[in-house]
Amino acid sequence: MVHLATPDRRASLRARPGFRERIDLPRRVVFVAAASMIGVVVLLLAFIAWQGLQLFLKDGIPITQIFSAEWQPDRMSGTVNFGLLPFIAGTIFVTVVALVISTPLSVGLALFLSEVAPQWAKAIVQPALEIFVGIPSVVWGWLGLTILVPFLSDTFQQGLVVSLPVLGEVFRAPGFRTGFSWLAGSLVLSIMILPTVTSVSYDAFRAVPQELRTGSLALGTTRWQAIRHILVPAALPGVLTAVVLGMTRAAGEALAVQMVIGSSPVFPRAITQPLSTLTSQITLEMGNTVFGEPWQDALWTMSLVLLVISITSVVLVRVINSRRIAL
Amino acid sequence: MSAGAPSIDRQAGPGRPSLHGKSSRGSMLADRVATAVLWGTGAFVLLLLGAIIVHFAMAAWGVVSPSFVLSDPSDSDLGGIFPLLWNSIYMLALTLMVSVPVGILGGIYMSEYAGDNAVTSAIRFAEEAISSVPSIVVGMFGLILFVDELHMGFTALGGALALTMFNLPLMTRLAEQALRAVPQDERSASLALGATKWQTIRHVVLPLAIPGLVTGVILTAGRVFGEAAVLLFTAGIGTPTHLNFGNLDITNPASPWSPFRPATTLSVYIYKLQSEGLGAYRNQIVDGSAALLIALVLIFNLGARFLGRVLTRRLTAA
Amino acid sequence: MLATAPHPVPSVRAIDVTAPVVRDEASAATISIKIATEHVSIMYGEKVAVRDVSLQVQARSILALIGPSGSGKSTFLRCFNRMNDLIPGASVQGAVCLEGENVMDPEVSVVELRRRVGMVFQRPNPFPMSIFENVAYGPRRRGMNDRRKLEELVETSLKRAALWDEVKDDLRRKSGLALSGGQQQRLCIARVLATDPEVILMDEPASALDPVSTLRIEELMRELRQAYTIVIVTHNMQQAARVSDVTAFFTMAEDRAGYLVEVGPTGRIFTRPTERLTEDYISGRFG
Repeated sequence: MVHLATPDRRASLRARPGFRERIDLPRRVVFVAAASMIGVVVLLLAFIAWQGLQLFLKDGIPITQIFSAEWQPDRMSGTVNFGLLPFIAGTIFVTVVALVISTPLSVGLALFLSEVAPQWAKAIVQPALEIFVGIPSVVWGWLGLTILVPFLSDTFQQGLVVSLPVLGEVFRAPGFRTGFSWLAGSLVLSIMILPTVTSVSYDAFRAVPQELRTGSLALGTTRWQAIRHILVPAALPGVLTAVVLGMTRAAGEALAVQMVIGSSPVFPRAITQPLSTLTSQITLEMGNTVFGEPWQDALWTMSLVLLVISITSVVLVRVINSRRIAL
Repeated sequence: MSAGAPSIDRQAGPGRPSLHGKSSRGSMLADRVATAVLWGTGAFVLLLLGAIIVHFAMAAWGVVSPSFVLSDPSDSDLGGIFPLLWNSIYMLALTLMVSVPVGILGGIYMSEYAGDNAVTSAIRFAEEAISSVPSIVVGMFGLILFVDELHMGFTALGGALALTMFNLPLMTRLAEQALRAVPQDERSASLALGATKWQTIRHVVLPLAIPGLVTGVILTAGRVFGEAAVLLFTAGIGTPTHLNFGNLDITNPASPWSPFRPATTLSVYIYKLQSEGLGAYRNQIVDGSAALLIALVLIFNLGARFLGRVLTRRLTAA
Repeated sequence: MLATAPHPVPSVRAIDVTAPVVRDEASAATISIKIATEHVSIMYGEKVAVRDVSLQVQARSILALIGPSGSGKSTFLRCFNRMNDLIPGASVQGAVCLEGENVMDPEVSVVELRRRVGMVFQRPNPFPMSIFENVAYGPRRRGMNDRRKLEELVETSLKRAALWDEVKDDLRRKSGLALSGGQQQRLCIARVLATDPEVILMDEPASALDPVSTLRIEELMRELRQAYTIVIVTHNMQQAARVSDVTAFFTMAEDRAGYLVEVGPTGRIFTRPTERLTEDYISGRFG
């Protein structure tokens, strides 16, 4: 047996903590690192809000004017009017159509990955989605510009008609003039938000307890019945979160959209026509305006609107998620 | 069926569908169709990605070459994109120099220290809020803060700081996830040996989280590399000039090493070219650059997976 | 010793450690009390997990805590080195005295405490580092960087844990995780020994091991007893009977709070328990 040199008396357990322990520097440092994000948000809100309000405070534009439909920012060409309605409507319309296209596809893909796909298929599709996420937005825009836009203008020159069996013609829009259009923007966005909506929905489906699936299948339902009647209702808040997150991304995307929508500052009329959005108008005009002039102030107001939209969606996601726990 | 069967027979018989019966044909058909449609979504994504990759591979054929990657842009012929690529790499390095340490430290707080209190939920809210703010708005914030208020002008530094703000939430969250994935047992073992909390984090938790952290850094890097909207109004969108690497004075805006100079990145350059739209070689240059970006994204992704796997094996195996 | 009724926790006082205690039969040598708990109750939020346990552990002896699952043995063990601090919502009332000092005192340094009261967990949990680094981990964290000293310490610790001969050839090359389960657990013991503790807590140290490894760990405990005070939680009654000097039997009250039924020399507890509950448990009629 090895001789044991355990001393009989030791330092008291109550040894006063040294300077180091009392300061606990590591804790302070990591706290500052995490809390820096609060600082960023506060600064961001303060600066954008201040700049965004200049249009009303300094330039004396009545707040109601931004809800008008006429965008006439250039003093050189007559009376100015800062109607942001075309851009707000443009952002909403492009986003909504993108969601209409993307949601069924994304949710289907999430269901495929979580319920249907064998391991080998998941091992291919999941990395593919990660690559989708990584493709830069300018590349999506470029693809839209060089492939989608010419395709649309060539194919649907006479007009866009959707007709279904039984129901007959359900939708008609005038033909594309150039291909740069609301639809082009929505299509590009629908692919760009696909990975986000898919992965958040996928998590929601995975979170549904296995017993619910087996419970339904044991009652003799088909897999599809289990998905429709058990899985989708159970995962609905999660899917809703996914859609809101996708919406946020779509509404905030700038360059890819700007490259394909034609940037026409008028109230959007048809899905085949060009329009403009908040982000694309900022992208386009920020460089051509001078700091402090009303025109640029109106662009700052647009960015404030975007900021309000995104903060609202964060709150919305939180509300949806708190409901989920309550259920 | 036996002759003496009771009148209420729950066993299979003429009245009950056989296991191969067709009575539930409708629901079976719906199931078949749904399954096929769901497989279709998976196939669609793969086909789309395949088509994109093939498209760019074809478009880049004859454009991307060592000279395209390594020479300066030219007005008269195809030229190259070297200064833009350099700027992308330079901005990436500058951004990661700030966002990796801050993100990992923040992740440590969120994973190891954060209690269930108002400060923690404020941090979480901030994290989500920044993630959802459009990148163009972050760019405008950078414009007002760095370019105007701090009188920096369009600089690589301003762009990198704006990118850092934009990426900090992602890096923090990925770091937090990597640290949380370290089993609680390891922490207990270290604490039970009388290590302090910080020693436990420093010597046990962080080393074990390295594979996850590396993956997180690479994924963040991929996003930084492709980002353009944040940089339009912060790092500038200009015509690239020849880089003189001999100029090592980092305070001199002419030096490629200086953070105090405008720096147009490859992604911003793609945007600039398509919007200005002139030059005989515009499409080839954009296609080549886009192909290069996609190739880099692929490399980043595969690299993250590979490195993560190798590091995990190194750490846990014999 | 039976203490089921919850009663107010008395003011904390240090136990007189200087008074020699004579061990019941065999030896007449004087021994002292290493750890004493006084009216210890442990709560998880509102729920009482352990109610009002008072007992004493003599230095250089092995105390076994036995009883059915959920009787709070492990929870009680974890208050000796304040590992319960790590569980959100857990709170401890009463006093746990290590040589007369109440370790529950908020001014006590838990780091110092855990260096003096080491712990071996149910599942072997070596760090994913080399064998050498596993053992050197504790000393290094206390600032020992001298290579020679570390090597010496690692060697003695591994020898004491009866692992040296099996691993001495690839101390630095082999990961702690590459060892067998029984070896891993002995590595964890060596790791604790290297921090030079006085008390070693063992939370079912052999429950994840095969019978041969279990016997080796038990042998090791008998040897370590000569220098250390050991408290072991075990589900295995034969194990308690084989290794311990004193046995404490815990069970659950109606409200599922664990409490101490009786404590006494192992020989007596297993042959002539005072309490009916103990007898039922030991003879397999309960739990």
